[in-house]
Amino acid sequence: MTRRHARPRPIPAAARVATYLALGTWTFVVLFPLYWLAVTSLKNPIDVFSGPLYVPFVDFRPTLSAWRYIFVDLRNDTLRPYANTVIVATVSSVIALVAGSAAAYGLARFPYRPRVGAILLFAGSLAVAVVALSLNVPWPAAALGAAALGAGAWRAARARFRRAASNEDIAFWMISQRILPPVAVVIPVYVLFQRLHLLDTRTALVITYVASNLPIVVWLMRDYFRSLPVELEECAAVDGASRYRIFWSIVLPPSAPGLVATFLFVLVFAWNEYLFALFLTSARAQTLPLTIAAQNATRGPQWWYMSVLILIMIVPVIAMAVALERYMARGLLVGAVKG
Amino acid sequence: MLGAGRVRVRDAAPGWLGAWLERASPWIFLAPGAAIVLLFSLFPLVLSLYFSLVRLEFAPGGFRLAFVGLDNYAKLIVGVDREEFVGVLAGPSPAGWAAWGLAAAGLGWWLARSARTVSGRGLLARAALAAVSAAGVWLAVRTLAPHGRPGSLVVTLIYVAVGVGAEYVLGLGLALLCAQRIPGRRFFRVVFLLPMMITPVGVAYLFRMLTDTSKGPFYPLWKALGLVNFSWVNDPWGARAAVLVGDIWQWTPFMFIVLLAALESQSTEPVEAAVADGASAWQVFRHITFPAILPVSSTLVLIRMIEAFKIVDLPNVLTSGGPGTATESLTLHAYVIWRALDIGGSAAIAYLLLLIVTVAAVSYVHLVHRRAVGAA
Repeated sequence: MTRRHARPRPIPAAARVATYLALGTWTFVVLFPLYWLAVTSLKNPIDVFSGPLYVPFVDFRPTLSAWRYIFVDLRNDTLRPYANTVIVATVSSVIALVAGSAAAYGLARFPYRPRVGAILLFAGSLAVAVVALSLNVPWPAAALGAAALGAGAWRAARARFRRAASNEDIAFWMISQRILPPVAVVIPVYVLFQRLHLLDTRTALVITYVASNLPIVVWLMRDYFRSLPVELEECAAVDGASRYRIFWSIVLPPSAPGLVATFLFVLVFAWNEYLFALFLTSARAQTLPLTIAAQNATRGPQWWYMSVLILIMIVPVIAMAVALERYMARGLLVGAVKG
Repeated sequence: MLGAGRVRVRDAAPGWLGAWLERASPWIFLAPGAAIVLLFSLFPLVLSLYFSLVRLEFAPGGFRLAFVGLDNYAKLIVGVDREEFVGVLAGPSPAGWAAWGLAAAGLGWWLARSARTVSGRGLLARAALAAVSAAGVWLAVRTLAPHGRPGSLVVTLIYVAVGVGAEYVLGLGLALLCAQRIPGRRFFRVVFLLPMMITPVGVAYLFRMLTDTSKGPFYPLWKALGLVNFSWVNDPWGARAAVLVGDIWQWTPFMFIVLLAALESQSTEPVEAAVADGASAWQVFRHITFPAILPVSSTLVLIRMIEAFKIVDLPNVLTSGGPGTATESLTLHAYVIWRALDIGGSAAIAYLLLLIVTVAAVSYVHLVHRRAVGAA
């Protein structure tokens, strides 16, 4: 079937039938699980356990009891995680988008030549601070000490540092952070937030999601900015506009499709994230994926409640995805071509 | 040390602050993002490395961290955790021997060929990669043999290879179908996007419902096949298949949407000219369409490969890693050990995972990705 794609119009009738057959099959594969979710949310436990019942009103009598339980009986235990998810995902995505696209613009337009020595020195001071922290030195002392050490070494040795990194190196380094498996960083992050007394707060999740999503923003937006013509910015500069002004009123408006696609992408990641939330929250800052997982009670999974929760969780993102589908494809494509 | 922008700019109202802001603007743009990434990569990495070298011990009045050197790593590779991490080794089956021989011959041929074109460090790196790949195949062959059992390392590699491969092929097929000018395209492309938006935890529970052979929606099908008492999640390969099906269901849309955009941005003239010259549909795909989307394809596979190594939600919820440890991925393995308060072992697994992903990604970029992008 796939071989027939390139033949331009008219498509032979047989190929047309085969195409619709294949597309229809996959549509079923995608939609049937979602249908099952909706149906299950309308069932009583007895209907779930008495074998498969497919059509409400025909096979079984639909009930809203699961919905009532989630929204009325559990009200705050549902709405609090929901609010947490909305707040954490939105705030972290906005911050990641702002900081990330600023960095991406910088990398697309200015040449940076940071000395490799200076970077190593910074990393070294940071390592000293970490070691000090793990030896139970209070954190202000550790931070100040490491900063002083780093600054002293910089003064003493700055003339020796010759080798410099390029924009490509910086971009590669930032993007390569996606390689880091979350499980490799989550325990230190846990310890860090414990020391800062931020465990089980939304702040901790926001910080974590910003850091893990920023590389995606840099990667997608850098290529987007590079694909914009530079002449307009040069004209504005000649007219005396400041760099920030240029960024805000000349670069950002035509980048809107890319920004929208990138925002949606990181929002979905933050919205659905599970591992960090599992480690870093326990009750107050819990997000919806954890609430869903918690329906797997001692009496076995409560499918009907779970279905309701999954449904209310996916409705907003699906609505956004349907509305912004065109942007999403194009925005991702620009990043993927240059990669 | 900082190169200013190429264009000299005069601010409309240049006070000393404005002038400084202007001069420092490149760093003001870059610094916040770079600082966040730096803090979140460097600090945890250093601390994680330290954790992977210690053991948590309960002492009077609390606990302490005892330095144990490389013990945590040794435990995984040759010690008590070996069965869970590497797996149970068995003598390879004849098919295993054949696969191993084929892989070894292929790697040898590849190495001999590269010896003629590259030299020095590049050749050394390739030889090391060939050795690692050969060892990996050997491990897979021995743990997948009749009396062996794959550990979390091999299982993760299976998830990555099978999952990403299937997602790419399915995504490409669907994108090619949807790229035709047929009525209803818009409907299909929106629908096909949906699974990507669902939280993996939700996907996992969804597939737990669907794979239930006695109460799930496919009961009539299982009944017809006589599999009603068979439980996917109690059979090692059934459980792994269930995890893979969930992963493929969720991530095929990612491949689909970008490949479709790539196909649609492709110019139509070469295709039309080729068809006018009598090229078959397969020839058009093989020589025009596929080369055009090769760079995008390569990037997509790279991204998905990196993300697929981190799989955890699906096996954790769908099968809890079971039966036994049959579906445990490396990340899940690290989490299970962490829950048992073995911080050192958990950090060691995480570090080994980081090492594997880095080697895989760097090799892929050097050997496949650069060539694929350069070819177009």
